[in-house]
Amino acid sequence: MQQAKKPGTIKNLIYYKLTPVLTLFAVWYLLATGLNNPALPPPGKALLTFFEQIPADLGRHFLISSWRVLASIFISLFAGVPLGLWLGTEERFDRFFAPLIYLTYPIPKIVFLPVVMILLGLGDPSKIFLITLVVFFQILVTTRDAARSVSQAMILSVVSLGAKKLDIYRHVIWPAVLPDVFTALRIGSGTAIAVLFFAESFASSDGLGYYLMDAWSRYAYLEMFAGIIAMSLLGYLLYVCLDGLDRKACPWKGL
Amino acid sequence: MPGGGAAVLVDRLSFFYALNGNRVEALKEVSFSIEGGGIYALIGPSGCGKSTLLYILAGLLPPRGGRVLINGERPLPGRRATSLILQEYGLLPWKTVWDNVVLGLVIRRLPAGEIRRKGEKVLKEMGLWELRRRYPAELSGGQRQRVAIARSLATEPDLLLMDEPFSSLDALTREALQDVLQNILQSGGLTVLLVTHNIEEAAFLGRRVIVLTPHPGSVYQIFENPRACSPGYRKSAEFFRLCTELRNALEFAQIRAQDANAGCG
Repeated sequence: MQQAKKPGTIKNLIYYKLTPVLTLFAVWYLLATGLNNPALPPPGKALLTFFEQIPADLGRHFLISSWRVLASIFISLFAGVPLGLWLGTEERFDRFFAPLIYLTYPIPKIVFLPVVMILLGLGDPSKIFLITLVVFFQILVTTRDAARSVSQAMILSVVSLGAKKLDIYRHVIWPAVLPDVFTALRIGSGTAIAVLFFAESFASSDGLGYYLMDAWSRYAYLEMFAGIIAMSLLGYLLYVCLDGLDRKACPWKGL
Repeated sequence: MPGGGAAVLVDRLSFFYALNGNRVEALKEVSFSIEGGGIYALIGPSGCGKSTLLYILAGLLPPRGGRVLINGERPLPGRRATSLILQEYGLLPWKTVWDNVVLGLVIRRLPAGEIRRKGEKVLKEMGLWELRRRYPAELSGGQRQRVAIARSLATEPDLLLMDEPFSSLDALTREALQDVLQNILQSGGLTVLLVTHNIEEAAFLGRRVIVLTPHPGSVYQIFENPRACSPGYRKSAEFFRLCTELRNALEFAQIRAQDANAGCG
């Protein structure tokens, strides 16, 4: 039976959202105080710099990075999910493509950054392409494996109602893989930010990766930590959005 | 056709699976006929190809030998008047009771008004109207099975194929659902072929009980059971006698299959 869930109550908000953040800041504060080194400034100062830097320049870098990550996630989603569904349900094509995927999946895609930069330039396309290359594989493999494991009995029961191929995708396979797609997206968005940092820290003049590396090279530790806060905020916002969408799109999950 | 419903002819039906390059015989020259209307039970131990037989009747598997005719025609997948209820009900966990029940109508692209009307009618008849917004995970086993039956009835079939529909339910829920099935039958126009390994269920519901041998499945004996589903039958001496006869037949069928397999070996 359904459990009473009230994700929006103030008590839950304080308990589940605020407490972990405060704990993190407390640990950070203790470490910074213990270390007493400018390389690890206390969280209060870092936060203050963060809010000062947002209108100055950090806000612009944040928006540029957000756009790159979101564009990559969308492209990976629209390419990876249909392909994963197709390979997961068409065994003979999967047999052909599986070795190809397993050969290319483990390659750390960031080694292609120089090639990608030569081909696509130094602007957005090369960075978005590199992030997409990483996230795409995660979504593809997860979706394919989820589609493979859809219960045959479920498919048969729908076929017996007269379902054609498209009906099976729409009513059975797509909703069956949806929770796994969200899991892949959650994992993928973390990876996307990590790759974003790498892509933006080479031959770049904007984005959070550039901002961080620039602050680092100037020994501007407070700005560096403001950049780190911005990057983790980007990840956090992505997770919150994905969790919300997941709850909306898969209301049967966890019943 | 007494009472309407589909007439089924199974004539020397054979089927085998290919398993690791070997041929595994599931059904061997199975023959029986159903005149139409009422419940017919197929009983046999595990591995007698009962489910395979239902899949063939539903048009989901092609026969490898012999033939199957429903109202004189070969079954095709999605034959509009055939409905199949699988062992684990085949309900989609991501659809509410309502969406599960009208799924067959949606797939058949019926107009929205007709879907609403038929869905509402069948849900109310099955006592599921109040539960229409729930998901299968929020229902009991008996309620889920009622939803599966409602989904099948929504498409107004003349042949309902049920694969061990009540196997995972407790005795009282099972008997209550058997009564539900019996009530549905009273409106006429429906043949139910019920696959079960439960002797009491076959004896109470099946106006004809077909006993299958295991490995491969073939017809061992057919019992006529004219008093099936009648009031008070479940507690009558006749019912218990049939149960005993069915039990004996099943035991002999098992022994015969073992002897045949030993002979082959």
